[in-house]
Amino acid sequence: MQILQAFAIRSGYAVILLIAVLVLNFSMMHLAPGDVADTISQSMGGADQELLDKIRADYGLDQPFIVQLGRYIGGVLQFDLGFSFFYNQPVTDLILQRLPATLLLVITAQVLALLIGVVMGVISARRPNGMLSHFVTFLALFGYAAPVFWTGILLLIAFSLKIQWFPVAGMMDVSVEGGFWFRAGDIARHMVLPVITLGSIFLALYSRLARATMMETLGSDFVRTAKAKGLSPNQVVYKHALKNSLSPVITLAGLQFSAVISGAVLVEAVFSWPGLGTLAFQSIIARDTPTILGILFFSALVVIVGNLLTDLALRLIDPRVGGKG
Amino acid sequence: MKHFVKGLTASAALAAIVATSAIAETPRKGGTLVTVIGTNVRNLNSAVQSGIATGYPGSQLFASPLRYDENWDPQPYLAESWEVSEDGLAVTLKLVPNAVFHDGVPITSEDIAFSVDVIKENHPFKSMFAPVTSVDTPDAHTAVLNLSQPHPALILAMSGQLMSIIPKHIYGDVPIAEVKTHPRNNENPVGSGPFKLLEYKSGEHVILERFDDFFIEGRPYLDKVVMRIIADPSARAIAYENGEIQLGAFEQLPRIINRLKKVDSLTVTPNGYGAIGPLDWLAMNTQRGPLKDVRVRQAIAHAIDKNFVLNALMQGTAAESKTGIHPDSPFYNPDVPNYPLDLEKAAALLDEAGFPVGDNGSRMELTIDFGWPDVKAQVEYVKAALKKVDIDVTVRASADFPTWAKRMGEMDFDMSWDTVFNWGDPVIGVHRTYVSSNIGKGVWSNTQGYSNARVDEILEMAAKEGDPDKRKALYNEFQMIIATELPVYHVNTLPYHTVANEKVMDFPQGIWGTSTPIDMVWLKE
Repeated sequence: MQILQAFAIRSGYAVILLIAVLVLNFSMMHLAPGDVADTISQSMGGADQELLDKIRADYGLDQPFIVQLGRYIGGVLQFDLGFSFFYNQPVTDLILQRLPATLLLVITAQVLALLIGVVMGVISARRPNGMLSHFVTFLALFGYAAPVFWTGILLLIAFSLKIQWFPVAGMMDVSVEGGFWFRAGDIARHMVLPVITLGSIFLALYSRLARATMMETLGSDFVRTAKAKGLSPNQVVYKHALKNSLSPVITLAGLQFSAVISGAVLVEAVFSWPGLGTLAFQSIIARDTPTILGILFFSALVVIVGNLLTDLALRLIDPRVGGKG
Repeated sequence: MKHFVKGLTASAALAAIVATSAIAETPRKGGTLVTVIGTNVRNLNSAVQSGIATGYPGSQLFASPLRYDENWDPQPYLAESWEVSEDGLAVTLKLVPNAVFHDGVPITSEDIAFSVDVIKENHPFKSMFAPVTSVDTPDAHTAVLNLSQPHPALILAMSGQLMSIIPKHIYGDVPIAEVKTHPRNNENPVGSGPFKLLEYKSGEHVILERFDDFFIEGRPYLDKVVMRIIADPSARAIAYENGEIQLGAFEQLPRIINRLKKVDSLTVTPNGYGAIGPLDWLAMNTQRGPLKDVRVRQAIAHAIDKNFVLNALMQGTAAESKTGIHPDSPFYNPDVPNYPLDLEKAAALLDEAGFPVGDNGSRMELTIDFGWPDVKAQVEYVKAALKKVDIDVTVRASADFPTWAKRMGEMDFDMSWDTVFNWGDPVIGVHRTYVSSNIGKGVWSNTQGYSNARVDEILEMAAKEGDPDKRKALYNEFQMIIATELPVYHVNTLPYHTVANEKVMDFPQGIWGTSTPIDMVWLKE
């Protein structure tokens, strides 16, 4: 009962927050001078005033702010995110079309980074002064400090240009036709560099955290007890300590939910990956307000729902969280 | 009757030059060309959408009545012949008899009339067909364009991507004004050109397939054309270099052009952009502050070292431009006043105009705008250069293109770096910058607020002058006045380059960049 009540309250907050996000984003976009009619005229090589006015009228940009805002929120309540001026498509369709590519990229990068990061963290925690430990520290610093677009371009120069192992851009080679397995292999080949680039940030995060928590756990009482029982070092680490040190890492991974969009923007731009990140980047440049707002709304939705679920999951797993309220 | 089919000797000479580069090689049929577009394609229907992104796929899907060779001479395409009446008030097109749309329906004069209506209503370049009052269709393969005044610009406007012929039986089911949002513009379009659409994924790619019943026997040579959309120039450069992309156009970053020139497997050429005619210039608001005075504008020109822009900033990839007409155009007049770097003369002109160096060590304060990051170096250079003649310049950045476009459109600026395209005949892309009737009407109008009665008069006459020599004389005079009064200081051409892999033969090097049919392109084994 308590959980249901908490869920209802949280959901209420979430809806209010979403509406606030909508109004705020819409107002901010509206404050900027110029509009998409200018971008359309740019892509056309210029247009006269009459045509600009016509474009504005067609898209309702000549209406007063409050009318535009009202229309937009009314649309969103009916699950209609509007029509993209720049892509000539409904925004909802655009987002749903681009979502799978981003999910494929981000989830693959996340899962690989999580697995490798934890293993590296654990191994280095056992020998804090060993070579591997230093390597993990270096990797963490490097992965965190190096801008992803730079890492991406360097990887491209090394593995697409100098040694031509991987393709430069896109998600598949559309000039060749083939069956399902050919296509799967093709996509996998296109994914390697973007996944490494994106994964490097996550990997840095997870390996550092796993190393720190593991070292802490290894020093705790129950580990000493386990050792005293005469268990082998591997059993101690992988059966007892690992379970207990994983929870912060998993919490962090849960919070990285929002990275579905934010982390992918630059990586997708560098590798022309046809996902939400590229869409966000290009629609911002084109000042395609409905698309930008749609993506922002969608990101907000993902973050809020993600937090809501994490919160609930923690309450279920650990009764101490949340207390009585 | 005056025929415009001319210049045989010139074409022959040109054909000889082209022939030497590809001696006796018979074009090979077949193959897939992988090529690239640098920005998203909003709309594939080039009758309602202009711009170079649409021009490339649009010119493959839709044929125009004429096409142009490298020498600015019109060639038959969908129209096998064309003639302008003696009074210049009618242009008669004879269509190729065997031409059909991609759905097999014959292309008739009805479709020409319909396409002209659609373009007039929806295309942004109103001046192209503004004098066309009606289109007569005496028989299925004859179309007569009736004009309210002689309109020599029409011939060029019937080529490239400017006059795409679209089928009336497909696009005629909605009111003319709604064709621009017709669902079949991007999905299942029916065209008249050498290739038909196989797949279009917004933001990803356009895939075209050979149209077997194309009206030119044996063409196109390619089976398939994959146009990938890659916005990042660095990624495109790597893809050219490792052969993933075989052909691309409109590359404009000097650093990348020079790097690609060193790659053995690539041909990198600035040829073929004359009609697109992209020009970089320093715009000056002639209605505001000190810039009202022509001497101040001339002083600014004298303080700017063009060689620095051409050699250091553009790294030798761009050509000098002196007037509002692209140097590759037959109308270009290079014999106009020039402004070599001369700081003393600049200072003298500023003194004369009544702007001596004040107590604070400055003659005046001006602002300079720019609309996209590529030209930031240029405006920073102008700031530094004008400092030497004691003009304080503040650089105003814009968050994005619309922000800058709004400032320009409302003439809320002193100076700005700008890039404007000729788009074929001067009537389409040149007049708009200088005629006083177009002052302050949005970005790329006469944003300089320039007004000169003689210029208005010359341009009006040139628009309807049927005699090529007299027309050229008018444009010569126009360019003299502009280069003297400097509403804009013309600096360089935008260094558009085409990049082609060694396997790609006969790639477009005409006047329209890749906004032209690529039915002649073939791939070596």
